[in-house]
Amino acid sequence: MFLTFVTFLPLLGAIAIAFLPDEDESLIKQTALAIAVGDFLLSLAFYFNFDLTTANMQFEYSAVWIKDWGVNFHVGLDGISLLLYVMTTFLTAICIVSIWTVKKRIKEYMMALLVLSTGMLGVFVALDLFMFYVFWELQLVPMYLIIGIWGGPRRLYASIKFFLYTAVGSLLMLAAIIWIYHLHAEQTGVFTSDLMTITYNTDIPFGPQKWLFIAFFLAFAIKVPMFPFHTWLPDAHVEAPTAGSVILAGVLLKMGTYGFLRFNLPLFPYACNEFMPYVGWLAVIGIVYGACVSMVQEDLKKLVAYSSVSHMGFVMLGIFAFNHYGIQGALVQNLNHGISTSALFLLVGVIYDRRHTRMIKEFGGITNYMPKYAIIFMIVALSSIGLPGMNGFVGEFLILLGIFQVDAFMAGVATTGVIFAACYILWMFQRVMFLKSNSPENEKLKDLDLREYIMLLPLVVLIFWIGLYPKPFTQTFEASVTKLISRVDPSNFKPAKHDDHGDSSHAAATTEHKTVKIGHKATEHKTEHKTDHKAASSGHKEDSHSKANAH
Amino acid sequence: MIAAPDIDLVSLAPVLTLSAFGFAVLIWDLFIGKDKTQLIYISLLGLFLTAVCAFSKTNLPAYSFTNSYVVDNLSVFCVIIFTISSALAILLSVNYNPEKGIEIGEYYCLILFCTVGMIVLSSAVDLILIFLGIEIVSISLYILAGIRRDDLKSNEAALKYFLLGAFASGFLLYGMALIYGFTGTTNLKGIMTAIGQMDGNNNSFLILGCILFIIGFGFKVAAAPFHMWSPDVYQGAPTPITAFMAVGPKLASLVAFFRVFHTGVGGMDGSWEMPLAVVAVASMTIGNLGAIAQTNIKRLLAYSSISHVGYILLAVIAKNSIASSSLVFYMLAYTFMIFGVFGIILILGKKGDENLEIDAYCGLSTKFPLLALTMAIFMLSLGGMPPLAGFVAKFYIFSAVLKEGHEILVVIAVLNSVISFYYYLKIIINMYFKDANQEFSPNFQPLTLLVVIIALVGILDLGIFPGPVISLAENASLF
Repeated sequence: MFLTFVTFLPLLGAIAIAFLPDEDESLIKQTALAIAVGDFLLSLAFYFNFDLTTANMQFEYSAVWIKDWGVNFHVGLDGISLLLYVMTTFLTAICIVSIWTVKKRIKEYMMALLVLSTGMLGVFVALDLFMFYVFWELQLVPMYLIIGIWGGPRRLYASIKFFLYTAVGSLLMLAAIIWIYHLHAEQTGVFTSDLMTITYNTDIPFGPQKWLFIAFFLAFAIKVPMFPFHTWLPDAHVEAPTAGSVILAGVLLKMGTYGFLRFNLPLFPYACNEFMPYVGWLAVIGIVYGACVSMVQEDLKKLVAYSSVSHMGFVMLGIFAFNHYGIQGALVQNLNHGISTSALFLLVGVIYDRRHTRMIKEFGGITNYMPKYAIIFMIVALSSIGLPGMNGFVGEFLILLGIFQVDAFMAGVATTGVIFAACYILWMFQRVMFLKSNSPENEKLKDLDLREYIMLLPLVVLIFWIGLYPKPFTQTFEASVTKLISRVDPSNFKPAKHDDHGDSSHAAATTEHKTVKIGHKATEHKTEHKTDHKAASSGHKEDSHSKANAH
Repeated sequence: MIAAPDIDLVSLAPVLTLSAFGFAVLIWDLFIGKDKTQLIYISLLGLFLTAVCAFSKTNLPAYSFTNSYVVDNLSVFCVIIFTISSALAILLSVNYNPEKGIEIGEYYCLILFCTVGMIVLSSAVDLILIFLGIEIVSISLYILAGIRRDDLKSNEAALKYFLLGAFASGFLLYGMALIYGFTGTTNLKGIMTAIGQMDGNNNSFLILGCILFIIGFGFKVAAAPFHMWSPDVYQGAPTPITAFMAVGPKLASLVAFFRVFHTGVGGMDGSWEMPLAVVAVASMTIGNLGAIAQTNIKRLLAYSSISHVGYILLAVIAKNSIASSSLVFYMLAYTFMIFGVFGIILILGKKGDENLEIDAYCGLSTKFPLLALTMAIFMLSLGGMPPLAGFVAKFYIFSAVLKEGHEILVVIAVLNSVISFYYYLKIIINMYFKDANQEFSPNFQPLTLLVVIIALVGILDLGIFPGPVISLAENASLF
């Protein structure tokens, strides 16, 4: 119940703000800030009360929504969603600080951000397919309005592209959701759209599993976005206002990777293994392509946008490694990207507010005029590259470690992304911060003010915190990741003969190295097991259950 | 010996009540002057009593008149939608008619008679009665579409509607004749039994009969490629009548359509499904693509309604236990959406200029934020955005179709939904992202506003708490 309250608090706040007088702008801003900060503080309660030992859902609440369809209002948090949930409330508060000085229709801006916040929180807590879809689409409208009303010159184009792209993927996912719903009803006679019930009680045949995987994959891959579905992202980022970009990079993209972890992997473990090489290479292409395109951008925001494509490629790669390092790294990198890229967008926004341009060639020598700004920019830029001691390093290292055990060649190509990242970030930093000023206007720039410190410093603290002592963060998803891996472990889909010495491999499941080796074999055997997959899958169901218990 | 006709006046109660009130309106009209306000009260009272009478029959389904008329949960649900939509249409007309000089008492009486026709049509399980119902509905609508006698557009609309409608009735009648010729009965149940007994039931003349049926019904519900009349008629007809004919008559025809293909020729091995699927897909695609190019909001809604008919036809194809429930639920949701939108169109109308161009909505959100928000909600609901009524309705239809395993049809429908978002968003873009290019002088008449509020509450309720209505709709299943 408390979780429901925290999720809907921003929406209630938005409704309350609607009744405030238009003229009293400071009252509107203070109310919005109070709600956002309050929501963040309340959401911290979930972190501190979180039970680290279990992979089960916590803080659950369930109520009947549509009785005849078996649709429930069911919310809960586990290790995968907890930190994303807290990050959403955190970034919402930061965004409200960041739009403090906006003059245009500030009341609606605050309302849109708060409604958006409820939509995003709902996505992370929804444990019912129907309800998940409702929230998944719900957050689309406020984001569309934010880009369209407060965006840049090409905002009409960018906003409708954003909307339609996302809608294509999610509507196909809707068809897949209904398909699974009927399949479950056929198999068990019970009409329900409860995610956990469906995940663990439905035996989805291998043929349809691939189609369903593709439908879900499209919805999430567009959101992440993976190459080649990324083309909406640069447009949306460039045209969106700063707060829009921050939310987009910080939370909306994470909904895509979260979708993979919550839906694709547990629901379609067989199809995931089947498609692993394709998804993996798309992710690698995304990493290298995003980094290369970033290098030639002249617009600061576009540069950061393409770097997002590259960084999110790492996250996808980690998820599809299907081992402990990979998925853990992906979750850490999810947070890192949310923190570092949001900070980069905020920093670009700071300088855009002063100069009303984002062209790199307009700047130069900024260190002389805004030294404190330059220091923070440096820290954030280095964290984005993945310098040891900062957050980016932890995530990328774990991901590369994970994928290296699966496919060394893939890992090798992906590693070039890290090198390219250093190139584009440092080169951009050099052109903007050092060298000679290209415009006399740069000399008049003022350094950061108090409001900007308030919105930037928490992010800088997090950058070092995750970089130096990641345990408070990583420990939250330990149990959930183990459970997830036991479900998608490639060895689950090996031919039946594996079952003979199954026990030894299960015992080794905790030492990732061996599991991964088995996984490597599984991909080689994939032609064989198609014939006897039925037997294998029924055997494995028990396997995975016992494994989950063991952990 | 001729058997005594099986007359059951109780099952006819809604029809009789409404007819009586229709005549009362007609007669009372003679005794009052130019002010027709009293007729409005009589009509609304009549509709209310009709809705109450709909529940007069217990022990459903009850067949009467030698099995040609049925009262079941489906028809009761339909009667409720018909009375709601007719009442909303009358409420919209209250201020519109004096302004446009439609001071004719027959206007209200025709709406009531049209509703009578719809009730007959939705309860008919006999081809003759179906035809009777369709003609009552159509003839009333021909007159209503052309009721602005001195308006050229209105005349054009009525004439076009009449000519094409008469043509369609011909097709329908020919189809009925063929089916009668091969089964020897006009009763839908009888037809089903006869088809079941025939060996080689793929008789080509029977299939021809079905196709003619599809063509005839296609005209009546404005499904592509028989939709040509609808944009012109939508544009030319008085705005409240446009809203009226977008909902009730279509629902009535669709229910009759459903009964014919479910009970009547349902026993055939599905060879009529392919032509119907083609019509459904064509409706969605042509409707949505056509709507993109429109600049007049009434024409845009005409095309959008063609595409909505396409979605609903999918339910006819599915014809399983939840198909009829999804059909009526969709139409109930659609009723609220359409009347809401047309209510706002009327509010934004100016003296002498109905202000129908989409560009007229530019910058509405800065001047009248609540009005713009309401319109945006209606548009998003039409597109099927959760948590609004349009989404639940679409989910219901897709659910019915996927249960039958027609995945491809659903994928086409889903992609069409994406196209439809484009033009619904166009109006939101105008309202929110563009600056005003004209002065707004909205005409906040209390009754029009009431219609908009009813529609808004309906959409939010069906979207956020659809449970109770879905329970009712589930009862309306034909199984």
